[in-house]
Amino acid sequence: MSVPFYVSPEQVMKDKADFARKGIARGRSVIVLQYEGGIVFVAENPSRVLHKISEIYDRIGFAAVGKFNEFENLRVAGVRLADMRGYAYDRKDVSGRSLANAYAQTLGTIFTEMPKPYEVEIVVAEVGHTSEEDQLYRLSFDGSVADESGFVAMGGSAEAMSEGLRSQWKPGMDLTSVLKLAVAMLGSFGAETHRELPAGQVEAAILDRARPRRTFVRLSPSRVTELLA
Amino acid sequence: MTAGRLPDPYLMAGTSSFAEFARTLSPEVLPRLPEAQLAPHGTTIVALRGEFGIVMAGDRRATMGNVIAQRDIEKVFAADEHSVIGIAGTAGIAVELVRLFQVELEHYEKIEGVALSLDGKANRLAALIRANLPMAMQGLAVVPLFAGFDHGSQRGRIFSYDLTGGRYEEHDFYAVGSGSMFARGSLKKLYDPSLTTEQALIAALEALYDAADDDSATAGPDLTRGIYPVLTAVDAAGVRILQDQQVAALVATMMDQRRQRPDGPRASLGGTR
Repeated sequence: MSVPFYVSPEQVMKDKADFARKGIARGRSVIVLQYEGGIVFVAENPSRVLHKISEIYDRIGFAAVGKFNEFENLRVAGVRLADMRGYAYDRKDVSGRSLANAYAQTLGTIFTEMPKPYEVEIVVAEVGHTSEEDQLYRLSFDGSVADESGFVAMGGSAEAMSEGLRSQWKPGMDLTSVLKLAVAMLGSFGAETHRELPAGQVEAAILDRARPRRTFVRLSPSRVTELLA
Repeated sequence: MTAGRLPDPYLMAGTSSFAEFARTLSPEVLPRLPEAQLAPHGTTIVALRGEFGIVMAGDRRATMGNVIAQRDIEKVFAADEHSVIGIAGTAGIAVELVRLFQVELEHYEKIEGVALSLDGKANRLAALIRANLPMAMQGLAVVPLFAGFDHGSQRGRIFSYDLTGGRYEEHDFYAVGSGSMFARGSLKKLYDPSLTTEQALIAALEALYDAADDDSATAGPDLTRGIYPVLTAVDAAGVRILQDQQVAALVATMMDQRRQRPDGPRASLGGTR
């Protein structure tokens, strides 16, 4: 009878984390930033239909990088959770915090219990009535949560992009300037060489603080072109 | 029961209570509550179609038997950004049904990334109504009126329903609720397919006034409290729910004309209008 090899838990976790990190680094990046009127999501995404950015609820948006089927699965679960809670209680009772918590639990359990962890990184953003009340949660493949302020960059060159954003992003910027900044960042670090990212490759959406109920608005390619001009 | 002898309940051994005996044999001789007067009822909703899209309006009264349960209930709602739903019948169930329908449409839109077609929305509503059939059989019926702008065929469309979830498309105008017969009679004389949005809104107001005139469960505009019908319009740009001041202005014009002629606008006999 053969004796199974012993692999230490540290090694298992490290291998899984390395695997997930590699998977995430292969994909294109997403940046989420605050601006004076709300929160903007910007992704490099050549597809018009396979979205990386989506609406969860009245004031909550979702952005993800990594494997499409995995984050799509989480997105749908998030929409269901939010709609269920809003219907059972009230629309006011749906919060980004509880959604981020549910995602963290789910990702954490998958990371420890499944042979293959999810190769995803997601942001749950909730737009407040003032910019101080805005919330940005960044969730990693292992279920760890970070409460960010101002901006979040995810994907292949997240570190480099965060560096760039730290020096150039300021509170109270308008939509045009944050969008230009985000597109410039995605262009500078997404590939080996610096390139101009065409508007057709940009998927963008906002949580518009001023809108009465559903604040999520997808920015059409023509609107993006107009804003980047 | 066999012919030539007394029916079975007479011959059954048992109770010496007349009330119990009467309940078994023929409950109709006993006094009973009129059906479903325990829950508030919503009353009249009207909708009409023009080249621009559709208009839907509802009065603000809910009744419980002969009592006015609420003076300012709202019975017309935006179902989503391109359709509206009005409800008549048991108010508690109807309002909950509208809430469920709104979530249903939004949920689909978020998960699929595109909104349902207008026919799809109308069919979903039919399924929700059908699920309420057991309650409807107990007297807690809900009768909605659904209308919206169909982006496929670029026109407004109106759908009516029965208790079993039957879905029927109405081509010009329709009304549901206790005052619907009077409202429909009124619209029949006022309707013209070429009405503008403004004219269609006035026609809806007139129809509700005529319904309130003859149906005690429908409210006219409450001028002293400033409670006016809910007026909505849907066109290619989306749903518009009129502000109170806008409705107040339309109501004021109508009331001035009604003071001259209490029965409202006169339809002409032949010739042009």
